[in-house]
Amino acid sequence: MDPSFELIIEPHKGWQPVDFREVYVQRELLGFLMWRDIKIRYRQTLLGGVWAVLQPLMGMIVFTFFFHRLAGVNGDPQVPYPVFAFAGLSVWTFFANALSQASNSLVANQAMVKKVYFPRIFIPLGAIGAMLLDLLLSLVLLALLMAWYHIPLTSKALLIPVFSLGALLAASGLGMTLSALNVSFRDVKYVVPFMVQMGIFVTPVIYPIRFIPQKYMLLMGLNPMAGMVTGFRYALLGSPASWRVMGLSLAVSVFLFVSGLYLFRRMERHFADVI
Amino acid sequence: MAFMIEVRGLSKSYHYGQSLKHTATMRELLVGAFTSPFRKQPVEAKAAQNEFWAIKDVTFDVGQGEIVGIIGANGAGKSTLLKILSRITDPTAGRVTLRGRMASLLEVGTGFHPELTGRENVYLNGAVLGMRNAEIKARFDEIVAFAEVEKFLDTPVKHYSSGMSVRLGFAVAAHLQPDILIVDEVLAVGDVAFQKKCLGKMSEVSKGGRTVLFVSHNMAAVENLCQRGILLKQGQLVFDGDAKEAVGQYLQMSTVSNGENSSVIDLSDAPSRIAKYRETPDHRPILQKLEMFTDGDQPALRAVQIGARLLLRFHLHSGRSIPSFTMAIGINNAMSQRVLTLHTVFSPSVGHELSSGDSILECEVPSLPLMPGQFNVSLFIDNGGIRLDAIPDAFMLHVLDSDFYGSGRTPFSGIFVAPHNWRLTSASDASVPEAQAAVHGFAGR
Repeated sequence: MDPSFELIIEPHKGWQPVDFREVYVQRELLGFLMWRDIKIRYRQTLLGGVWAVLQPLMGMIVFTFFFHRLAGVNGDPQVPYPVFAFAGLSVWTFFANALSQASNSLVANQAMVKKVYFPRIFIPLGAIGAMLLDLLLSLVLLALLMAWYHIPLTSKALLIPVFSLGALLAASGLGMTLSALNVSFRDVKYVVPFMVQMGIFVTPVIYPIRFIPQKYMLLMGLNPMAGMVTGFRYALLGSPASWRVMGLSLAVSVFLFVSGLYLFRRMERHFADVI
Repeated sequence: MAFMIEVRGLSKSYHYGQSLKHTATMRELLVGAFTSPFRKQPVEAKAAQNEFWAIKDVTFDVGQGEIVGIIGANGAGKSTLLKILSRITDPTAGRVTLRGRMASLLEVGTGFHPELTGRENVYLNGAVLGMRNAEIKARFDEIVAFAEVEKFLDTPVKHYSSGMSVRLGFAVAAHLQPDILIVDEVLAVGDVAFQKKCLGKMSEVSKGGRTVLFVSHNMAAVENLCQRGILLKQGQLVFDGDAKEAVGQYLQMSTVSNGENSSVIDLSDAPSRIAKYRETPDHRPILQKLEMFTDGDQPALRAVQIGARLLLRFHLHSGRSIPSFTMAIGINNAMSQRVLTLHTVFSPSVGHELSSGDSILECEVPSLPLMPGQFNVSLFIDNGGIRLDAIPDAFMLHVLDSDFYGSGRTPFSGIFVAPHNWRLTSASDASVPEAQAAVHGFAGR
């Protein structure tokens, strides 16, 4: 009998941090859940993994035609509009899909929530983690597009992991909070698609950040994805960027993640009872 | 030595209003937050009046290698207790200390995904139950062999029959090697042959020195597997001790709740007595009172288990002596078919004369051979062919499940049980009686 396995079950009260030791011990399960979500996402589809890149690709084509050609929106004079749009869309699509999947994840896995214990946080995080593969695939496509348009990679590309992490933290923070709220309030199911739909307009995906008047810049920075989308274009295409917006967005992402961890932890003790 | 499981004052309350709370009240919550931001969660405060204790102040310890059965009626708090012990839900008060690696199995195949193949699900399910990747890999072949699904390993589980997925689920769980295993009702699933296999595996687990908490409605399995039983009633622990005794108490309790809460039945003004026997010369019929007992002289509350002793003690009264006294007890099944007649004429040891005054007449069935069900019992008293008293359908007798054959399974199919033996002999070896294998208690169909 290993004394290190002593476990005490008591009522939890108030705000508590996540039990990182437990998360570490069971980390393999997070991997399994990500793997499961990836495996089943495109099962019984004709195109399979192609869907991962088709979504931002179609977005790029539609935006280029309607916003660039017809409405005359110009992204960055230095880069062709399709690449500009795709760079923004790749990270935005990741965020939007991760958020949708995560917010629905606990309810979708309620059989597990009610029947077995493991760190609950793995469920939304697994759903989000599984989306990282899609992000990776669209980054590959983006690299191909850049090669096609003869846009060279610079050392700024090293910042990509930082902005990807920012998007991951923002999606995880919001995803954890919304998935936990969804357990009690199924209103979340209607809120999230709406948030995602509106989000693409309040985030500089179609248009460049310079369209935003200076006095609204800080307000823009409060949208975590504003900084990440801008950051992606800065790192890959060398587009002009606002460090204030990017810095603020990163800070907001970290805040969303940490507050998500605490909110989730606080709400998780009622999951099995109310789901 | 420290106990493996220590439960102290464990309680859990639910609110009646809770189902309302999460339907359409996000608006209420938001409105509440704006109008009175300092009042703490108004919805919960309202619900506090309607709280209900699913578990109240439960305390017990379990030592290493013990197998404890937790029994109780539906709603007694068994599932809540297991959910707290397996950390699915938090207690409201109290404390549990678990010393050792714990795995809980509240459902077979938790986390199975229909789109994934058998192989993939074994890995996923193992991980969900707390196994490490390396452990699953090491036991993979064993798991697959136990589940008997080798041929379908790479088929999505959605194409499996329900029996196959249950087998696979149990196989994964059976190869967990925790110090503490918490099991709920898993034996309620699967076909008979597989249930037998599961029971075998469970007792193997217990022999390996592991601590097992087992919740079941299958009393035979509890009696067979567990040494100790914990009986819950309305959220409280009412008995903790020998498993057989716990099962006995539970069965008695379950008939008490039918409103028949006495082992003594007053026959003096039984409503079903045939009218003409109601008016007797001294205004007292012969059949006055009946007491029932089962094994160990325990009072029986109109319920006995298969194979248990049934002792009926009649209190008789007669204004005069009855020279050719006989008594018959007729036991009819729910279809009003006579399944058993107990008669004094079958028993030469009973005298033929009933003297005047009060007497006691006992009828004992050492081992009741009836299958579970409800039986109507009728009573008749004659004097040389002339009826003196008759109470058709005097009372209902409940026969309850038990592990009659000692096989860990309740008998099934049929009306009666009878001890029997099986012998299997090779035809060419028939001359060697030592080769005979007695399969006692195998209830073949």
